[in-house]
Amino acid sequence: MLRLSLRTRRTLLPYLFLGPGLLWLIVFFAIPLVNQLGVSLMTGNPEQGYTLQWHWATYSHAISDYGTQFGRSVLYAGAATILDLVIAFPLAYFIAYKAGRFKNFMLLLVVLPFFTSYVLRTVSWQLILNDNGWVVHRFQDLGLLSSDGRLLATTGAVIAGITYNFLPFMALPLYVSLEKIDRRLIEAATDLYASRTTAFRKVTLPLALPGIFAGSLLTFIPACGDFINAALLGTPNQYMIGNVIQSKFINILDYPTAAALSFILMAAILVGILIYGRLLGTKSLREAV
Amino acid sequence: MLRNDRVRNGMLGVWSTLALLYLFIPIFIVILYSFNDNKGRFNFTWQGFTFKHWAHPFANSDLTTALTNSLIIALATTIIAVALGTFMALALVRYGFRGKGVTDMFVFLPLATPEVVLGAALLGMFLTAHIDTGMVTIIIAHVMFTVSYVVVTVRARLEGMDRHIEEAAMDLGAAEWTTFRKVTLPMIAPGVAAAALLAAAISVDDYVVTSFNAGSTQTFPLYIFGATRQGVPAEVNVLATMLLLAVLVLMGLNVLLQRHLARRDRIATGGGFDGGPDADEEEAPFELAEATARG
Repeated sequence: MLRLSLRTRRTLLPYLFLGPGLLWLIVFFAIPLVNQLGVSLMTGNPEQGYTLQWHWATYSHAISDYGTQFGRSVLYAGAATILDLVIAFPLAYFIAYKAGRFKNFMLLLVVLPFFTSYVLRTVSWQLILNDNGWVVHRFQDLGLLSSDGRLLATTGAVIAGITYNFLPFMALPLYVSLEKIDRRLIEAATDLYASRTTAFRKVTLPLALPGIFAGSLLTFIPACGDFINAALLGTPNQYMIGNVIQSKFINILDYPTAAALSFILMAAILVGILIYGRLLGTKSLREAV
Repeated sequence: MLRNDRVRNGMLGVWSTLALLYLFIPIFIVILYSFNDNKGRFNFTWQGFTFKHWAHPFANSDLTTALTNSLIIALATTIIAVALGTFMALALVRYGFRGKGVTDMFVFLPLATPEVVLGAALLGMFLTAHIDTGMVTIIIAHVMFTVSYVVVTVRARLEGMDRHIEEAAMDLGAAEWTTFRKVTLPMIAPGVAAAALLAAAISVDDYVVTSFNAGSTQTFPLYIFGATRQGVPAEVNVLATMLLLAVLVLMGLNVLLQRHLARRDRIATGGGFDGGPDADEEEAPFELAEATARG
């Protein structure tokens, strides 16, 4: 046993604890990203291979060629995030304040979908929205859909699929932040003659902002890069940037473009997070003053 | 006023029920269609009730191989990620050191990166380094993106823990290692268990990152996605239902175990010791959510 002074041990231990995990992340996360940056600046073709040429034009080409898919990703992911917020907020509120002894059971129900395969659940939506399915026929009977109208292979289906798949990611952080609010603050507001609505708007909502922020990120980020929903519930007209990156990388072997696209996606998301955080942050600050 | 409240609560209840229903409809369908007496390849329309798929759940050897692979990958991923992540969480919560802020950010970064970017970048590196993709590269990839979840989950548990108990153990002459083994580890155990469950669930279910780094290895999600074009065989529904049942049984057992342990602790210490909040398996995502909400 190595005998070191307590002081030396206390300074060395954290590095020893961090070392292996950090090394894993550096080798398999950070270095691949740097390597990816290099790949995005290469030119060549699948047959002869690619060499690094500092070819920045790939980026401008990527943006001009796949701007539509980028726009779609942001639009679909944004729509799904808002829908999830609208669906999940009352649910989380109910679980946190009104569910009583059913609280744990309801929470279990929210996480249970995680234990059925994501792909399989999406295939299940394919079946539900199928042209010859019960849902389409009822929609047609009710006149909500024309006789040759479809639900599958539409923008709506893709957005609904994304909304569905990421709903628990919105509901859980919302629940956590609502649960943490000191109930006495809300009581104090109503005691001081604030109406229920005002108390909700001025007390509950601002205090739930961290949850809204976390939930939106946990929904929006994976939704932006998702390609399963567009592939299974949409057509190439609904393809998002994830579909492009995947097919460029796996099928077409156009590595530079795929690398450039994933870099643009990552940068856009980071900028988005910063702006969103700033917006929510300043808003809550203003509310406090 | 009171009537208003009741109406409002009723509406909230109805909305919540509908939201939960939305979450469960596709799962009901998955279970239901494991009993579908389908003729031909497609399992898309209801054609009558049968147990025939349940009679031979492992008849499809490709599918069974894929599921076995997924389970092996999940097991390896969980063991490695939990070992790496738990110690990282300990370092981040229990020690002050140079570069802590940066490390914090760095560990969080994989969570803020879309999976398609993670998968593509890793494949890019494997290609550059001429490493063949397969089972090992899948495990490498899974550990890479589950380790951050482990750190976040265990850290949430550590932060809610009273430091004085560890200090008391050391004051009473326990060595650091003994303290860790006898005090710290049992106290963070529910957090570690939750992290393990989370890592296993994410690993078994992952399609995106796996699709980049699998080579010719099949996993359960890859098999299902590949089968969508020719029709997903009903055996998939059977195996998915079995998996769900297994998780439910495990969760139930864990709840019973936790209750038993809590009761034993109360008896052993005369009710004086409380190992923190009861942590059932289903707390896994909450601890994660809590930690992310805080970050």
